Amino acid sequence: MSILRVNTRLLRQVLVGFIREEVNKVGLTRVVFGLSGGIDSALVACLAAEALGPENVDACIMPYRTSNPESEVHARLVAERLGINHQVIEITPMVDAYFELFPDADTMRRGNKMARERMTILYDLSAAHGALVLGTSNKTELLLGYGTLYGDMASALNPIGDIYKTQVWQLAAEMDVPRVVIEKKPSADLWAGQTDEQELGFTYREVDELLYRMVDLRFSREELVASGFARDFVDLVAGKVQNSHFKRRLPVIAKVSNRTIDRDFRYSRDWGK
Amino acid sequence: MDFTVALAQVKPKLGCVADNLDMIEAAVERAIGEKAGLVLFPELALTGYFLKDLVPDVALSLDSPEIRRLIELSGRISIAVGFVEASADYRFFNSSLYLEEGEIRHLHRKVYLPTYGMFDEQRYLARGERFRAFDTKFGRMGMLICEDMWHLSAPYILAMDGATTLLCLSSSPGRGITAADSLGSTSDWQKLTGTTAMFLNCRVLYCNRVGYEDGVNFWGGSEAVAPSGSVTARGQLLEEDLVIAQVKEGALRRERIFSPMMRDESLAITMKELRRIMKERDN
Repeated sequence: MSILRVNTRLLRQVLVGFIREEVNKVGLTRVVFGLSGGIDSALVACLAAEALGPENVDACIMPYRTSNPESEVHARLVAERLGINHQVIEITPMVDAYFELFPDADTMRRGNKMARERMTILYDLSAAHGALVLGTSNKTELLLGYGTLYGDMASALNPIGDIYKTQVWQLAAEMDVPRVVIEKKPSADLWAGQTDEQELGFTYREVDELLYRMVDLRFSREELVASGFARDFVDLVAGKVQNSHFKRRLPVIAKVSNRTIDRDFRYSRDWGK
Repeated sequence: MDFTVALAQVKPKLGCVADNLDMIEAAVERAIGEKAGLVLFPELALTGYFLKDLVPDVALSLDSPEIRRLIELSGRISIAVGFVEASADYRFFNSSLYLEEGEIRHLHRKVYLPTYGMFDEQRYLARGERFRAFDTKFGRMGMLICEDMWHLSAPYILAMDGATTLLCLSSSPGRGITAADSLGSTSDWQKLTGTTAMFLNCRVLYCNRVGYEDGVNFWGGSEAVAPSGSVTARGQLLEEDLVIAQVKEGALRRERIFSPMMRDESLAITMKELRRIMKERDN
């Protein structure tokens, strides 16, 4: 049995409570997030619907012209099964208008732009509906930096950012996520046929076993190798974690005063809540 | 003597002393309604936990109107409650008060301020310097604040000082999810309260808060533990609760007869060896 196995009933209770309390605390009742048709946002949809009631959950489906049509079908399936509000906003016109200026832009630039386009829509809907933006990045993606800074990584609250992809699968199976969404290959869906695992060069299950020992259990490099992980794999993953650290921090501020935000001006975000 | 205790498993608002005082007063009324003689609140019940730079803003002196109000309430029920204490020389302590019959019976300043992992208490707070048992109308007691309990010497000193009831006020974050039935922090604490009670033949009354602060949950599960180590009442996990437990003098008397470890405990040997260790460390 994997070391990553979790008590899904208890995890569900903690995460549902998190959404309910952190949303209500700021005087709101609603949330909004991007529903991609993948498992992470489907799980967030389930948790949010349970926490706030489906009527308070707004999902936005934001396909681009190269997105797999199956993704939208799966997103609708999730939304309809949960009875949450959902709308489709295509991002093709905005993204294509911009890249008319840069026709030679590579797929990374295009993918980042799409992720940030979706973010601006979610934050606009946040203001329009009085809804907090929920994040849908899991711990594996956050640690590997497999996401777009200020794009899909942007949110007010992230219920699944401390659980690995392997654990997302477990919790999704416990909740009402459609089988077809759980079983398909994870994909950022930036171009046809793309899969995360192909792009990363290893599987989520493999890397989660490593990350859990490296990050959560603080195994040393030697201990990781002694536990059976290939040296190259350990170094590759450790490098990804280190090199993507900037994505997990606020912008760096040049200190000149005696009280600099976040360095010696420190308050919880729930200050006064 | 037999008495009823209420463990107020509340959800303080971070940095909102006035709101939290109202919350405490409401719980005091409910505890009185349940005919409790003593009501416990969690660590930092008046302020919330992850205060950081708010510490000086929410700190109260012992003669503040808020503390005076709680002292007044203790004319109707004994109260143990956690807050940030401001001393006259502007040190700030993670403190708890035991209030009874309109008086302060005891002030405990948290000695062991966790400053590792997710905790940063020593950055903001001054350290207490003593563990002392004190007399109440329900017998001799000792107070511990959360991390204090994780240092074996702390409950030991209180028990050697004659405490037969240990009050532990806590703000314990829930963490360590595995395939097990409970969170790691929950099962660790449950082992700790039971074992401490059993080793020291003392009752343990443990009050932990609930709610979330910046994504951190506090898991609740407040409990009354008999001197045998068995749990007589336990609060809900992750939900507000008012746990009512009957504390029986007979259970203490019988346990002290069955398992007279505290009677046999040798203060002389302990002191001799600790003095030796201290001397050797100095060399």
